[in-house]
Amino acid sequence: MPIKSYLAHPHDNQKHVLIAALSALDHCEVIPAENKDILIVVTDTETKIEEDNLKEKMEALSSLKLLAMVSGFDTPKNK
Amino acid sequence: MYSSLSNRRDFIKKMAVLSAMTAAATMFPGILFAEEQEKNLPKGGNLDWKKAPCRFCGVGCGVLVGVENGKAIAVKGDPKSSVNKGLCCVKGYHSVMAMYGKDRLTKPLVKKNGAYVETSMEEALDLIASKMKETIKDHGKDAVSIYGSGQWTIPDGYVASKLFKGCIGTNNVEANARLCMATAVTGFLTSFGLDEPMGCYEDIDHADVFVLWGNNMAEMHPVLFSRLLDQRLKRGVKIIDFATRTTRTSMAADKSILFIPQTDLAVANAICYEIINKGWVNTAFVNKHCNFSKGLTNMGYGLEDNYKFSDKPEKIDFETYKKFLEDYTPEKVEKMSGVSAKDIKYMAAYYGDPNKKVMSFWCMGPNQHSRGTWMNNLIYNIHLLTGKISTPGNSPFSLTGQPSACGTVREVGTLTHKLPHGVVMNKEHREFAAKIWDVPVENIPSKPTYHTVEMFRALDRGDIKFMWIQVTNPMVTMPKLKRYRDGAKKEGRFIVVSDIYPTPTTDIADVILPSAMWIEREGMYGNSERRTQYFEQMIDPPGEAISDTWQLVEVAKRMGYEKQFYYKKETHIEEIYNEYRRHHEGKKHNMAPLEVLKTQPGAMWPYVDGKSTKWRFNSKYDPACTNGEDFHFYGKPDGKAIIWQRPYEPAAESPDSEYPYWLCTGRVVEHWHTGSMTRRIPVLHKAMPHGYVELNPGDAKRLQIRTGDKVKLTTRRGDIVLPASVNERGVPAPMQVFVPFFDENMLINDITLDSFCPISKEPDYKKCAVKVEKV
Repeated sequence: MPIKSYLAHPHDNQKHVLIAALSALDHCEVIPAENKDILIVVTDTETKIEEDNLKEKMEALSSLKLLAMVSGFDTPKNK
Repeated sequence: MYSSLSNRRDFIKKMAVLSAMTAAATMFPGILFAEEQEKNLPKGGNLDWKKAPCRFCGVGCGVLVGVENGKAIAVKGDPKSSVNKGLCCVKGYHSVMAMYGKDRLTKPLVKKNGAYVETSMEEALDLIASKMKETIKDHGKDAVSIYGSGQWTIPDGYVASKLFKGCIGTNNVEANARLCMATAVTGFLTSFGLDEPMGCYEDIDHADVFVLWGNNMAEMHPVLFSRLLDQRLKRGVKIIDFATRTTRTSMAADKSILFIPQTDLAVANAICYEIINKGWVNTAFVNKHCNFSKGLTNMGYGLEDNYKFSDKPEKIDFETYKKFLEDYTPEKVEKMSGVSAKDIKYMAAYYGDPNKKVMSFWCMGPNQHSRGTWMNNLIYNIHLLTGKISTPGNSPFSLTGQPSACGTVREVGTLTHKLPHGVVMNKEHREFAAKIWDVPVENIPSKPTYHTVEMFRALDRGDIKFMWIQVTNPMVTMPKLKRYRDGAKKEGRFIVVSDIYPTPTTDIADVILPSAMWIEREGMYGNSERRTQYFEQMIDPPGEAISDTWQLVEVAKRMGYEKQFYYKKETHIEEIYNEYRRHHEGKKHNMAPLEVLKTQPGAMWPYVDGKSTKWRFNSKYDPACTNGEDFHFYGKPDGKAIIWQRPYEPAAESPDSEYPYWLCTGRVVEHWHTGSMTRRIPVLHKAMPHGYVELNPGDAKRLQIRTGDKVKLTTRRGDIVLPASVNERGVPAPMQVFVPFFDENMLINDITLDSFCPISKEPDYKKCAVKVEKV
């Protein structure tokens, strides 16, 4: 059950487009910076495969310039 | 301990967010994730949180006020505000409590046979209007006056100026910012031709070195100072405290340098000498963007009534200026200032290093100074010589003290010589104002009348018969106070005071009007970084209290100016602000529309094409630059800033054998100015219950004085007894004492001197000679 956070850098003037595109993805939470062209993205998925698929979808967005992972946690399923 | 899976996941998610926010903050200093930061704040039951600028100082922190059942009960910093990023100082956190003191004024009071009698607001306003009309009829227009404040909201100051200058036709409009910021204004005008800082608080996130010129930021601008400390943690920036007294700021700084009072003039010149001598001048910048000038010297100190001075600027060349600076080598200045040549060179080296971005901060030290305009010019000289100006992190930054000293007094122009746009002496400016005000241009006199000290002298002499005082407490703050208190009490004077609590100033009033405070009404403030901030009315004022704006509007209507004061009660703030904005239209000073101010924590003027301007005079950021160059100082006709030749001259009064100590006065972090609000907040009052005199430990030992002992201070104006403070909060240099002015029971201004800067007319509260004795 991975939880990961990323810094997402949009292309010039594409911040709002990127916010909308990321927000539309399942298991994906977006926190835009108020005063800079950067977004925090937190993904919360059930499996590693699901996580990889989501990352692939994010990286395919045309408004995204760079996606940099900041932290990754994997919580055990039953505890 | 058991924790559910969902809680654990929430916790981990928060950690992930926090890690990302931390990483982002490292890459982008000052980055804000407002919604997320707000989510983490504790929630109050039914609290309705509304945004406002803080009521107190000129930093202009954004606060969120929690309102429940019609009462403001909590305050927290607004994380969306780029000023304070969610922080508040001790005054800010307790600010709403200032509205709920037990002795709040709730009814108008009229003095009859020596006693105050409650009356209705209608009757009180009728009386004020009739008294003003009668005074004008019997003694002329210049016999009535208004004395306001940097705590006036923008609409308060605007209607005051419109009523007195536009309708009545007198320039008898002044404000207490004359006592604190007038020097900053004349500094800006003489060096750049336009008032207010070119930079903004974001400079803090870019500068490598901070030089604080006589500025105890840790107590007076604590939230901004915390941003400096934060940058030191993150980036290892250097903080240099250059002052006459060791304070909390000195203790937190990387280096504390003490100078003998008044010799900052010489040290600043020595830094300029060193910059030129070491070849650190940014020649390309200076050649392209600067002129050199000198003015008159030996100007006097304004100690006599009707003192007049006008500077006569004269252009000089670089070589003449360089020659002048030969009197200010670090070695020569060391002898007069007490600052070692090594320390002067240390400061100069930071300013001169092309790889270091430097921010200079100052406030009352250089401003309340008998050569204050010169001091402001000299700090600008340093930045202009090195080209360290109007770029992120390179910023000479004059801090202001009050929440709207900039927004109201400086921008609306509530000083005798000012108009909302321009000055009364300029025909075109008068025509422009008259058109918007819908008054004949002949109404606005072309000559300024009285600056603040002279206005109170005129009241004493009897030249002024009527004075309306709003949101300020001059019977605590005027220098050489006894003269002005006695003058105000003389027969034939009529004084109106609008305030929220009884003060020594309401004691001299014939009519006391209860005012609505801060969020009990709607308004705007303008802070130090040209940021205009709006606040809505969140709660009802007590009793019959109404806003100062509406008091003025009602009196104006009663005086026959219904046409000019057409505003409707429900919408008057919006109508006034929209009218006021017309004075500033254009790329140099455009103000943000009200709807923008309502949705965000303020906007910085010039607000052009939907954007605040962060760095003026820099063509990369400022749309008003039109010369095709990288910088354009468009406040001057030729687009160039001025480097001024300004010498050292002594203070109006220096210690001698009879009065051997320097007396310096100032503020403390717990209290807002004269304490009329903060002394009614129990926690702040308990933290700082009364005034005191700080002594140097060596002097105290020699005089056998310990903390708490009674000490008598005597100047040529009188004497006062205060408890001693030795090695507590601040430590004055030997043969100097410091007294805060917040305590109305220990009126230090009874013994201060009313000398002032001849250019700005701002008094020097930092220097006079005093005798110190153990009682």
